[in-house]
Amino acid sequence: MDLNTEVKTELAPTSPPGVKLGLGTWLRKKLFNNWYNSILTLVSILVIYFMTKGIVTWLLTEADWAVVTDNFKLFMVGQYPLEYLWRVWLSLVFVSLLFGLSAGVWKGTILHLSSVLVIVMVIHTLVPFTSTNTKLWLVGCIVCVIGGYLAGPKLPKQKPFVLLGWFISFPVILFIINGYGILPKVSTNVWGGLLLTLILSIVAIVGSIPIGILLALGRTSKLPIIKYFCVIYIETIRGVPLITIFFMSIFMFPLFLPQGLTINNVVSAMIGATLFTAAYMAENVRGGLQSIPNGQREAGRALGLNPVQLMYFIIMPQALRAVIPAIVGQSISMFKDTSLVTIVGLMDLLGIAQSVKSNPDYLGSIMEVYLYVAVIYWMIAYSMSYGSQRLEKNLGVGKR
Amino acid sequence: MEQLSVQTSEKQKEYLISCANVNKWFGKLHVLKDVTLDVKKGEVLVILGPSGSGKSTFIRTINGLEEIQQGEITIDGINLSHDVKDIEKIRKETGMVFQQFNLFPHMTVMKNITLAPIWVRKKPKAEAEKLALELLKRVGIPEQADKYPGQLSGGQQQRVAIARALAMQPEIMLFDEPTSALDPEMIKEVLDVMKELAKSGMTMLCVTHEMGFAREVADRIVLFDQGEIVETGTPEELFDNPKNERTKLFLSQIL
Repeated sequence: MDLNTEVKTELAPTSPPGVKLGLGTWLRKKLFNNWYNSILTLVSILVIYFMTKGIVTWLLTEADWAVVTDNFKLFMVGQYPLEYLWRVWLSLVFVSLLFGLSAGVWKGTILHLSSVLVIVMVIHTLVPFTSTNTKLWLVGCIVCVIGGYLAGPKLPKQKPFVLLGWFISFPVILFIINGYGILPKVSTNVWGGLLLTLILSIVAIVGSIPIGILLALGRTSKLPIIKYFCVIYIETIRGVPLITIFFMSIFMFPLFLPQGLTINNVVSAMIGATLFTAAYMAENVRGGLQSIPNGQREAGRALGLNPVQLMYFIIMPQALRAVIPAIVGQSISMFKDTSLVTIVGLMDLLGIAQSVKSNPDYLGSIMEVYLYVAVIYWMIAYSMSYGSQRLEKNLGVGKR
Repeated sequence: MEQLSVQTSEKQKEYLISCANVNKWFGKLHVLKDVTLDVKKGEVLVILGPSGSGKSTFIRTINGLEEIQQGEITIDGINLSHDVKDIEKIRKETGMVFQQFNLFPHMTVMKNITLAPIWVRKKPKAEAEKLALELLKRVGIPEQADKYPGQLSGGQQQRVAIARALAMQPEIMLFDEPTSALDPEMIKEVLDVMKELAKSGMTMLCVTHEMGFAREVADRIVLFDQGEIVETGTPEELFDNPKNERTKLFLSQIL
């Protein structure tokens, strides 16, 4: 009797019983199990067939990518003067180096993103339409990513060092690209294309997070003046479309400035986008603050932490972690919404697309232009989304 | 003024915690009615009572987590007034253990324990960590220092919470139903830690439903009902010879 039981336990299956279906059975069971599913399946197959056929034929035979290759520089940097183009390249080299170093230090997600960056750059080096100059710079960038990847782990104090690099990268790049009179100034008005889109969205995202946190804290404040200021600000901004804010910041705001003081359009757009996103960030952060159980506050207070320490050590880290998806979602949405500046006359990526397609030389190549622009937007937006998903997983260690 | 402070300090020698005519309302609900209670240094006081009797609220007034509307609470000679400075001073002197543990889930056990000593007591990090390890040994889980609270069992979490409170080297420990959220097999390990703590001479206030613990460890038991103290006495007096009808009723329901 005893023996029997033991044998049985040993033989007991360790995984749930799974039934493997053959292809024919699978088709019959999942796609053709009754008459309306069969019709749906057939219709879907037809639709997929015609769509694929159309797309493939267009891509292989009709698409004329000259519109993209001829205007490559426009798409990337807009009217940025050719003689100063090295500054943009230098910035790209700097960013490549940072990507490489981070990939070497952290591996994982950032390694994946860096690999994608390298692949994109390799493709641009190999295609025939880029100039020799471009190819040289790109090779430089690629070398920087790979070199950074190899050198990263050997650095002393790797993580703080690389983080510091990212931290200063933004002002440094703005300085290199703008010049601010120390280098010959390149006015923001001639920035364009992907460069403008990226800078606009990074300014808006980076600037709006701290402002958003402050607004969220203000909204939960006990002081009525601070509280109502924040509530009114957030609700006003959230009640107004972004495009209205762009119109106001570019056309109306200058009317109120004292004479002689002018703000150029790109800076106005940056300020508008930042203040707009900040209101949404504030609401995201507030959601995070509210999700923290009251017991956490009580435990912190019972230990004698003062309100600032309580917020900094206990509440904020947990609240921000809880709302990473929302913050990244907001960032992606801001990145895409920068395309609205086209309407107020700035030449961002979409603005360039608009002007290129109306150039009579490239009549009839709307599809190529928009497809190219869409792919660029998608690649960057998806990278952000992918990064955030991985970040969430990695931060999930201490989750209750 | 001078006289008053002398008086307080003399009273302090005798009583570490002194509550006089404490009244508290939640809206219109009168949750604490004229509670007067003094606790000596080293005394272990267990607070019993049916749920909703105000015992948890009372213990939370002692470190200022709940404000009182009337009456006076003095801890170690410091008057628990509305002055934020005083409340922070008192919180340094009192450790609190909660029903739901309330560990910080984003920090390791070690960080949980050393946070307050480093930032509130301004201890050097190395010293705080040494103390934390000693305390973890004392509560029997030194090997868990680098884990996150979510990776521990309920009993282990509550023992970390006790270690965290002790790390501030408080004069008084407050326990707010420390075993109520635990699975039965984990209650003992937490009670054992509390018993050891009581033997070491810590002044303790425990709200609990563990009658065995109350009988074994308490120097004095207070029975709360409907926001007021119904009866006070040694465990023998209260369990074997209750005088008040409400005490009898409560004991008959629970034993």
